[in-house]
Amino acid sequence: MSFNIVVLAKQVPDTRNVGKDAMKADGTVNRSALAAIYNPEDLNALEQALRLKSKIGDATVQVLTMGPARAAEIIRESMYRGADGGFLLSGREFAGSDTLATSYALAAAIRKMGKVDLILSGRQAIDGDTAQVGPQVAEKLGFPQITYAEEIIDLDKDSITVRRRLERGVEIVRGPLPILVTVNGSAAPCRPRHAKLTLKYKNAKTISEQQTSSSDYTDTYHTYIIPEWGAGDIEHEPQWLGLSGSPTKVKQIENVVFTAKESKQLTAVDADIEELMKELIANHTIG
Amino acid sequence: MNNIIVYLEIEDGIVGDVSLELLTKGRQLANQQKCKLEAVAAGYQLDTIGTQVFHYGVDTLYLADDKRLYPYTTLPHTSLLVNLFKEEKPQIALMGATSIGRDLGPRVSSALFSGLTADCTSLEIGSYEDKKAGKVYSDLLYQIRPAFGGNIVATIVNPDCRPQMATVREGVMKKELCDPAYKGKTKKLNLSDYVPDEDFVIEVIERHIEKSKLNLKNSHIIITGGYGVGSADNFKLLYDLANVLGGEVGASRAAVDAGFAEHERQIGQTGVTVRPKLYIACGVSGQIQHIAGMQESAMIISINSDPHAPINAIADYVITGTVEDVIPKMIKYYKKNSK
Ligand SMILES: Cc1cc2nc3c(=O)[nH]c(=O)nc-3n(C[C@H](O)[C@H](O)[C@H](O)COP(=O)(O)OP(=O)(O)OC[C@H]3O[C@@H](n4cnc5c(N)ncnc54)[C@H](O)[C@@H]3O)c2cc1C
Repeated sequence: MSFNIVVLAKQVPDTRNVGKDAMKADGTVNRSALAAIYNPEDLNALEQALRLKSKIGDATVQVLTMGPARAAEIIRESMYRGADGGFLLSGREFAGSDTLATSYALAAAIRKMGKVDLILSGRQAIDGDTAQVGPQVAEKLGFPQITYAEEIIDLDKDSITVRRRLERGVEIVRGPLPILVTVNGSAAPCRPRHAKLTLKYKNAKTISEQQTSSSDYTDTYHTYIIPEWGAGDIEHEPQWLGLSGSPTKVKQIENVVFTAKESKQLTAVDADIEELMKELIANHTIG
Repeated sequence: MNNIIVYLEIEDGIVGDVSLELLTKGRQLANQQKCKLEAVAAGYQLDTIGTQVFHYGVDTLYLADDKRLYPYTTLPHTSLLVNLFKEEKPQIALMGATSIGRDLGPRVSSALFSGLTADCTSLEIGSYEDKKAGKVYSDLLYQIRPAFGGNIVATIVNPDCRPQMATVREGVMKKELCDPAYKGKTKKLNLSDYVPDEDFVIEVIERHIEKSKLNLKNSHIIITGGYGVGSADNFKLLYDLANVLGGEVGASRAAVDAGFAEHERQIGQTGVTVRPKLYIACGVSGQIQHIAGMQESAMIISINSDPHAPINAIADYVITGTVEDVIPKMIKYYKKNSK
């Protein structure tokens, strides 16, 4: 029986490049000015999945993403790089989800995907940096977990061996399947897009994308349809989704302001530096 | 009942600094909430844990001592906390935002359906009004953390679910003894009441944890180099100055990414938080994420070729000049005027 791998991936605003134009005059972030990208560590996870697939042969890699309609891009991008396909979980029922409500929905979608042997995800997403969704999905499914993975070093029919990169060291652990593994940014980078696959899947679309697509000719026979699931497609209890399934509430958001100080201005001339060093010695800051 | 509980991180029988910092914070919060501060230690040969933590003001120490609990693996530590929390119903649970706390916290929060906020930079007690439900909550834990890459700060609350859980990075809170004579009680937990045997499924085959050689957090003088230092070679100037002044060398993330300095030296939101007597920022522009880790320094000197570098706004002394030019002069005039 084929070995089924699910990769959890998220589309995120590129918070690493919050430039001047992404900040509004009032100091708030202009989200629309930020590019939507594939969460970097999820790409590391995808790479581990693709490596296993080529090693095992009889394996499938499916990508699961939750987000707005445009997050279908994550599935396409994964397919360009070698994933077999994926699912978009989307709908207003999921709006306002914190990490717990998100993991509840993802876990329900994974159950619907059938037999899963291994779930891989990035360690954390750059828009929240919480590192919570992976472990919470594992808990909801009753899977064990291995976080901070840097490399999957071995896989046999009932166990996986992983090297973890911790803050101050490394650890090699073995765990039983099925299991969830979160992958670190220090793991191997994801392979680039494959030209043939890119050509083949560039028209892969969800049904709703097809309906809104401007081209009036869509060759549904030759394009891959990205399955799109809403809340109605997964088994769930409404109170655990979205806002009501989110125990954390945002009380307030503030811009970061630092109180400016009255500073002494100096130059690099010898007299200035000597004066400064004398002052620091005199007031016992140094010496 | 409804106390504040801290999960202790233990390596080779020693409680980690991050946990002691959380006990310090936990003690303050417990005083405010008029409740007890509790700590839970899970590991092996924990006889000295009590003497390590009681003087931080711990009222109750729960001990789960079993060979299989060390080194840490996810499931047994999770079951222990989940079942202990069900029994004790703490109002607040704190753990380090470390590779252990960030593995354990989410798992526990999912099992208990309690909200968890990662990487808090500040914890306070306050009230919250849920306008929609027309309800006012008092004495909630404000979990304050940077969001969106550090460009904003969010205050998160968990109005209805308990415990209110938060993780905090090492060095963010200050570590302070409460009372050297403080006496708490130890409660030994019978492991099989909390952790099923099936939880021991992860086998740790190899493990190398290095003791940090560096002590940035506790240095009184820190010389930090940014991308503007230009090269690993130029960083030697900073080490020279640090040697002469008796300080340590820190780095911005851009300097670390460029390979000028080790990751351990990174200061800021995703690095270490420091509060030295003197902070000398050399070729650091002063982005929000960097300032978040050093703004509480008692005195800040900025050396930057750009007179408008953002860090200058929070500096006590601004030296407009290049690192190559200024640092040798600082060394020279320190030597000339000291002693
Ligand atoms: C989620 C997130 C987390 C982050 N966490 C951190 C963190 O923990 N710590 C951190 O530091 N950053 C962090 N960053 C990165 C941060 O945003 C900045 O990119 C980084 O701090 C910039 O480093 P820098 O000041 O050294 O480099 P730059 O911004 O490139 O500044 C270089 C400075 O050097 C000056 N300069 C150039 N040449 C010379 C010279 N010869 N002599 C003197 N001055 C010179 C320039 O005028 C300039 O001001 C984070 C970013 C994100 C998105």
